[in-house]
Amino acid sequence: MQRIGVFVCWCGSNIAATVDVQAVADALAKEPGVVFATNYQYMCSQTGQDMIQEKIKELGLTGVVICSCSPRMHEATFRRTCEKAGLNPYMVEIANIREQVSWVHKDKAVGTEKAIILGRAAIAKVQLNTPLIAGESPVTKRALVIGGGIAGIQTALDIADAGFPVDIVETKPTIGGKMAQLDKTFPTLDCAACILTPKMVDAGQNDNIRILSYSEVEEVKGFVGNFEVKIRRKARYVKEDLCTGCGLCMEKCPQKKVPNEFNMGLDNRTAIYIPFAQAVPKVATIDANYCLMLKNGKCGLCSRNCTAGAIDYKQQDEFIEEKYGAIVVATGFNPISLDKFDEFAYSKSPDVVSSLEFERLMNAAGPTGGTLLRPSDRTHPHTIVFVQCVGSRCDASAEKGKEYCSKICCMYTAKHAMLTREKYPDTEVYVFYIDVRTPGKSFDEFYRRAVEQYNVHYIKGMVGKVVPEGGKLKVQASDLLDNRQIHIDADMVVLAAAIEPDKSARPLATKLTASMDTNDFFTEAHPKLRPVESPTAGVFLSGTCQGPKDIPETVAQAGAAASKVIGLLVKDKLIGNPCVAKPNELMCNGCSSCEKVCPYGAITYEDKPFRGPNRTTLIRRVACVNPAVCQGCGACTVACPSGAMDLQGFSNRQIMAEVDAICK
Amino acid sequence: MQVKENFTPTIVAFCCNWCSYAGADLSGNNRLEYPANVKIIRIPCSCRLNPMFILRAFQRGADGVILCGCHPGDCHYTTGNYYARRRMTLLFSMLDYLGIEKERTRVEWVSAAEGAKFAQTMNEFVEAVTALGENKRLEDLRCKQ
Amino acid sequence: MQAVIKKKAKELLECGTVDRVLGWKAGEFFYDLTPAVFTTPEEIDKDFVFSVFSGANMSKYLIEETKKEGKVAAFIKPCDSYSLVQLQKEHRIKRENCYIVGIACDGMCDMGLVREAGIKGATAVSEKDDKLVLETIYGEKEMPKEKALLERCVHCKSKKVVDFDEMIGENGEENPDCGRFDEVERLEAMTPDERFAFWRSQLSRCIRCNACRNVCPACSCEKCVFDNPDSGIAQKAAASDFEENNFHIIRAYHVAGRCTDCGECSRVCPQNIPLHLLNRKFIKDMNELYGFYQAGADFETKPPIMNYTTNDAEPSVVYQRGGSK
Repeated sequence: MQRIGVFVCWCGSNIAATVDVQAVADALAKEPGVVFATNYQYMCSQTGQDMIQEKIKELGLTGVVICSCSPRMHEATFRRTCEKAGLNPYMVEIANIREQVSWVHKDKAVGTEKAIILGRAAIAKVQLNTPLIAGESPVTKRALVIGGGIAGIQTALDIADAGFPVDIVETKPTIGGKMAQLDKTFPTLDCAACILTPKMVDAGQNDNIRILSYSEVEEVKGFVGNFEVKIRRKARYVKEDLCTGCGLCMEKCPQKKVPNEFNMGLDNRTAIYIPFAQAVPKVATIDANYCLMLKNGKCGLCSRNCTAGAIDYKQQDEFIEEKYGAIVVATGFNPISLDKFDEFAYSKSPDVVSSLEFERLMNAAGPTGGTLLRPSDRTHPHTIVFVQCVGSRCDASAEKGKEYCSKICCMYTAKHAMLTREKYPDTEVYVFYIDVRTPGKSFDEFYRRAVEQYNVHYIKGMVGKVVPEGGKLKVQASDLLDNRQIHIDADMVVLAAAIEPDKSARPLATKLTASMDTNDFFTEAHPKLRPVESPTAGVFLSGTCQGPKDIPETVAQAGAAASKVIGLLVKDKLIGNPCVAKPNELMCNGCSSCEKVCPYGAITYEDKPFRGPNRTTLIRRVACVNPAVCQGCGACTVACPSGAMDLQGFSNRQIMAEVDAICK
Repeated sequence: MQVKENFTPTIVAFCCNWCSYAGADLSGNNRLEYPANVKIIRIPCSCRLNPMFILRAFQRGADGVILCGCHPGDCHYTTGNYYARRRMTLLFSMLDYLGIEKERTRVEWVSAAEGAKFAQTMNEFVEAVTALGENKRLEDLRCKQ
Repeated sequence: MQAVIKKKAKELLECGTVDRVLGWKAGEFFYDLTPAVFTTPEEIDKDFVFSVFSGANMSKYLIEETKKEGKVAAFIKPCDSYSLVQLQKEHRIKRENCYIVGIACDGMCDMGLVREAGIKGATAVSEKDDKLVLETIYGEKEMPKEKALLERCVHCKSKKVVDFDEMIGENGEENPDCGRFDEVERLEAMTPDERFAFWRSQLSRCIRCNACRNVCPACSCEKCVFDNPDSGIAQKAAASDFEENNFHIIRAYHVAGRCTDCGECSRVCPQNIPLHLLNRKFIKDMNELYGFYQAGADFETKPPIMNYTTNDAEPSVVYQRGGSK
């Protein structure tokens, strides 16, 4: 029989006003096993905690029940309190008599009665509690960053600077991500390449950073501190260690008609290519879909011309397996497909472009060398219409677009408008908007400059239709403030397409057992208090994979994720959660039911010897739970037909004892 | 079925730790009332609920048992409530097959943000079970006082 | 059939393919055939019996038999073979330690039905065309075999042996339209009060002899929860209505998704409680809600209760189903 102490908290008047705390303590004092029961104004105060500790020592308590606020509030506090007094922290149970009694029931008699019953249930549970000792697991002091955009680069740099090795896995041939495609950045209008490429070089040269470009995460096993990741290094048909990035192969390659994804398909590249001049690693890659040699076995020009002998047409995908202590997801975003937005004639006219395409058209390293030309006839556009919120803030019932605000479009559209007017003052620029959202440092000033200094025509209203006609784009729109219809003959229309998480995010989330919201953004462990951690321990979030954000926010979050990773990697070992599943080997049938429902792969099977009748030894297949992997959900306990699998801290008998106490 | 006067049913609510228990706390934070005969048992996940616990509650005199968990897709353990959903569907169907009033058992998905839904759910459930009256078909007389 | 099987059994022992043979031998009466292990051809000659009363599902016995040294041969009827596969899925039977002889089956009989047909004092049985020929102390009597078939054979779901090393007779086909859910549907159509009355009248007869549990291939736990004092629901005899119900609900739930519907529970019940109707309810629900599933039909598919899809029916679907209030 346990020696249980019951401590009833008043929480000032929060509990005491609707629960007769004295009566609760008196009633619970009569329960079997209870050797002491009291009440106090604030149990969580230092005085309250001191009293609990004193009583544990004085009366030799083996279990403690605290009737107070929700365990979600102070369970950890009281466990620590008791641990300091020498009691196993898992011998503490909380009866929630504030959130679930005093705050929801006004009648004092009713509240008091319920508080007593909840107290009894907690006592009944403590009777069956056993001291639990948390397991320890070592920490592999290496981090994996998935995604090599600005978020991934910044996170990797920060982790590397703290002295820990980091691998960046990037699916493209180079790191850099979306930021590498941008022209200027708001609100300062400094050039994206000028601030990004030095960071890319830093990452490439940092001894602690290994860049695994043209690679994908294939499989993730393990758990916080001990991940084992299998990475596919896609065949690029070029030996990375030999290629000098001289570019001769690109000159010689006869296949020059490959749409250039870096320039959003606005021009072409060769089948062997380096995405852009500042690529890191600066290594060529052969596009197997277009390479004549790989497709037909006829060509081999690049190989013949490569002085370094780096070309290898026989290269195969390779797999590397590495251990990591922490994983950072930085998979980023993409603009949505505009296929469903036919009203803007995106698929009908090449002069209707997305903002990212416009970005490339403005970029000095872009397909037009930085001169703004219409894609259709390469003439200078004189009237440009920008349409905001294309696919953002859509109605849930509409079958296209996203419900959320993509956050960055207002600012980059202002940037585009301003830059156009700056470079080509003869161009008329119209921006159609629902709202202009500019909360951010120097953001609203930036937008007002576009309107006031650069005379960009901002019109509140939506574009209804764009019709290509006679080399012009007939834009029909409404001005909501003037309540009139507008017709503009534009030369170009730029659509601020909503952004969405990269398509690789969903399968990656499954591999990581990390959760996602309905929009496929990764969910954070807590939306306010743990914004860069995933609910899956050891998985962290950086950048737009968690939600739309601009570059400053992304970098801030990347740094925050890095600091969380560093905080994890400096530890030599991790203390686990002891409330995990535990099989009773004597009863286990080895039937694999539990394994089938375990979301973490925490259950394996072993053939173990058992004593059989007449001094024989029987080998039986039994379940084993890895306590460091098990998260304690309990799915296995119900799948187990023999009841061999139980959950520590929430055992079958404990829950039934609670049921009994409540139903009595 | 006869309804005793002033009959207040005993209701056991199993709430998952991550969503519904927090949702119940939130209805407390927002001072949203629901009947005091609802007593909550905290479980780590809706998939921890063994049908044996439900039967046990009925045996010991519960008049209604409700399971609350994270909305499908939002499980803290990613898949727990999907398993719970199948298990409870099959169990409830079996209880109904045995002629035990199906309205005595229920599953509701309540997120940590749905304090109001928690209170409303409990109010409705208590009302429904009160209308059914005492649990007679699946109880153990020896357990009643 | 008996002669062919006995010959095969002796052959397997003689040529050393197996060390033991799992078969049937007569108990107190000629019709209560019980599973038995034979180690010599002589024993087989003397005691081995195969008749229309060889209903016992042999697969469960293979759990213990395949743990032993050497190899055991077993004669497996179509319905037994599903349990055989299911138990292999659950890693309970070591397949390498057994040699499976599949036997084509056209139904097993129920002695109770023979008696109901007015045939008393029977001492031996044989088959002639589609008739049962019973020797009785009052002389030879005949009855149509179909009138004496076990319930599960009337609604035979499959005549296909799904796992075997060799076959005796021709392997048959699955029979999805066997009407085995008709009775479940009839119950579902009743009002809850009628259903409650029906099940009380059935389950209150339960004497907790545990025959259903002991014969059930899915009930092969090292230790049953009802025998385990730590499970919280241990009970030897049902002491109340609740416990009568509880035992059968929990038992049906524990075998849900693993029950192959072999019908042994109902065959052995001394009180003739139609226990298969509980298992079939789960099977029917799972088929309707989660897609057709036959436990033991293959080695890969997960039982529906250990699986999910993200858009499964909500438990509230139950409120709309199954009989009016």
